[in-house]
Formats: sequence, structure tokens, C-alpha cells
Amino acid sequence: MSQWIQACRADAIDPEDVMRFDHGGRTFAIYRSADDSYYATDGLCTHEQVHLAEGFIMDGIIECPMHNGRFDYRTGEAKGAPVCVDLKTYPVKVEAGMVFIDLG
Amino acid sequence: MPIVRRDYSLTGQDGRLAVEKGLAGAEWYRSALPRKRLKELMQRRDGPAIRDTLLWFVALGATGGLAWHFWGSWWAVPFFAAYGVLYGSASDSRWHECGHGTAFRTRWMNDAVYQLACFMVLREPTVWRWSHTRHHTDTLIVGRDPEIAAQRPPNIVGLLLNLFAIKSGLATLKKVLLHTTGRLEAEEATYIPEAERGRVYRVARVWVLVYAAVIAACVYWGTLLPAMLVGLPSFYGAWLLLVFGLTQHAGLAEDVLDHRLNCRTVYMNPLFRFLYLNMNYHVEHHMFPMVPYHALPALHADMKADTPPPYPGVCAAYREIIPALLRQAKDPNWFVQRNLPADAKPFVARASAVPAE
Repeated sequence: MSQWIQACRADAIDPEDVMRFDHGGRTFAIYRSADDSYYATDGLCTHEQVHLAEGFIMDGIIECPMHNGRFDYRTGEAKGAPVCVDLKTYPVKVEAGMVFIDLG
Repeated sequence: MPIVRRDYSLTGQDGRLAVEKGLAGAEWYRSALPRKRLKELMQRRDGPAIRDTLLWFVALGATGGLAWHFWGSWWAVPFFAAYGVLYGSASDSRWHECGHGTAFRTRWMNDAVYQLACFMVLREPTVWRWSHTRHHTDTLIVGRDPEIAAQRPPNIVGLLLNLFAIKSGLATLKKVLLHTTGRLEAEEATYIPEAERGRVYRVARVWVLVYAAVIAACVYWGTLLPAMLVGLPSFYGAWLLLVFGLTQHAGLAEDVLDHRLNCRTVYMNPLFRFLYLNMNYHVEHHMFPMVPYHALPALHADMKADTPPPYPGVCAAYREIIPALLRQAKDPNWFVQRNLPADAKPFVARASAVPAE
């Protein structure tokens, strides 16, 4: 069952950047790609639980700020050592200038 | 105060204590930099690394070619000396930066130079990728960091032997042979995931084939020259790697969660910075490992008000390191305490550290 949660204003995230969003004791990362698409994943790296919102974004990839582990934030796929476990992703929609993520 | 001899092994008591004290996988101090500025500094480009890699290859080719040309005469010595440093020491920084994936923007370029540099500096690519990951997670946390070069009390003879990679290089070759049989050492198994171990074994077998080919070439042509160009430079050219490498952490605090206290930034001349790929900005690198080497001087300028003063040169660093190591040989509890500038954000201790004087 869907559970759409309002995360942030769409323009609060720069193009090709990421923002941390905490809700209900969990932390998430909200991404805005270079072509203005929005995505959401769990906010901690699956390797060592570091916040991805402090990481580096380039060409659809989020790089963990601690060990340069990389994920495709659009699919959650782990792209190579030291990350081996994929990130969980969440559906995202933008309505009236606000980003919503589905935690259902 | 009684001498506390720490257990640096990854399977020992101090590792377990580090976990209990909250030092393992902990949150580290980071200087406050605006996100926008950090994004600028993190930007990846191929240009600087392509330029520096081509320069490196040209220098290797020139010095190696001249060493070959003069083989048999004393004129070969200075060229082998230069070739050795380019092969056995400069490869260290290429291994490091490409291992982080930050040298080039293009992934395969990082991977290709990484594999080559690993062979030259005698660091197995998968093993060291994982040990270096642990080094960044738990920098100088005793029992957790597998890359503490100057343990306490320091093994001065061992360090001197490693000027020509005698201890480290032979230990690596022994491990490579073990890995060809499909086995790891117990400590390696603590930080290399199961899914990655096949790679370790495959690369070890490739390396052994390469060394076998070099040895066969020496025997066939009845000369040491092939080995002097491939393989042996990892030993006779390693000295600058150790000289630079000890400036990173030797003598500094262990078991602290602030890189300003357990890393050094040392100003170096342009030649050294080319050989070392700006790894002399070591506080900056540990605090922000996603910033590529070519942006580290700019990062240093942005955060230096929040860090201890950098060392003006390698000699200044060693004026501290040598007495520190000699003192730690008698008093392993002692360490160099780095002082933060008055305006710097303070380090807040999160766990008990080894006491200083």
C-alpha cells in the first residue's frame, strides 16, 4: 500500500545533487539528476552505514564520501567494491513543487 | 607509567576493545565546508591525470631505456636509480589515487592504472583495496587499521629494511604464493568479503606468471636486465615511498576520531608532488577522500584555518618523526600531540585515547 511522504521542495536540491531526508527514525537520500529527474534511496551506504547525502554525484552515480563506493541511485545497483549490496530505492513524484517519496 | 604494548593484529584483543569503545566504524570529525564548495572540489576530470600519467610513462620509458642502453657500465646507475623511484615509489601514489577512483573521471582509466601500479608497488589489487578501505574507516585505530606503518614500539630495523621493501616486499610475495593456492591469511579474511576472494586468487596467479616470464627471460638471455626493469624496481626503487609514507601518520595519536590529530599535511616541491600526486595533503585527503588529488591544494586552502599548521617540508616533518619514533621505542605510550589553531573547532573526544605527556 502506498505511503507518500512529503520530503522537500523540489528546488531545494540543486541539479545533480543529493539531500538527506529523515523520517520516522529512518534516513533517506533524495536525488535530483542533471536532467531534473528525482530519485530516492536509503540514506546510508550499505558498506559502512555512512550518510550518502554528503557524497559525490556524477552521471547517475552516487559515491559514498567515506570509501568512494558507488551506486546507481536510479536503480540502487551497487557498482563495485567496496559496496556489494544494492541500495533500496523508493518511488518519487513531484507535485506542486514538492518532492514526495513512497515509503509504502 | 607502565609500558602498554598494544596488539595491532586485526584478530586480537585491541581490535575487540576498539569495537567495545565505539572506535570502530565511528563518526569522524569533518571541517565545515559549504556543500556547494565541496561539490566544486569533488568534480572529476580526466585531463590532469591523463597528463600526469603520460608524463610518468614517458619518464619511465626514458629512464628505463637509458638504463638499458648503458647496462654494463656505471652510467646505468643513475638511470636505474631514477627508473626505480618512478617504478617502485611513484606507483604508490598512482595505486592510491586510482584505488579511490578519483584520479580520472573515466572509470576504466582508474582501473587500468590501478592494476599496473599495484603490480609495480607490490600491492595486490583486491587485498589492498579492502585493507585501504578499512584504513579509511578506522585510521590508526589499533586492532582495526591494517596499515599502521609505525606501530608502537616501532620496529626501527624493520622500517629501515623497508627502505628497499625487503620486509614488506618479501612478505607480499609469500602471500601472493599463498593466494595462488586459493587461500587467504587469517587477518585478510577479516576484511576481504567472500565474494571478492576469487579475484585475489586470479590476480595472484597472473602475477606469478609474469614473474616466471621475467625470470625465464633472464635465464634465456643470461642477464639480470629483464628483472632490473620488471620486478626488482619494486625493491630497489621503494625508498622514496617509505620516506613519503611515514610522513602521513608516524608518531601521531592512535585511537582518536579526528584526522587533524593523526595525519600530517606536509608542503612539498612540485617534483615531489608529481611523484606523490599531492598525497602530502594527507589531513585533507583523509577528511574528504572524494576530493581528487588535483583539487587537494585548493581544499587545503579552504580548511587550513581549522587544522594544525602544515609542516613546511619533508625535512621539517622528519625533525619530528625521527625523535618521535626513537622516543616511542622506549615509551610506546608517548605520541606527538598536534595543536589545533585557536580558532579551529575543537576535537571532542568520544572514547579514551592513549594518554600523551
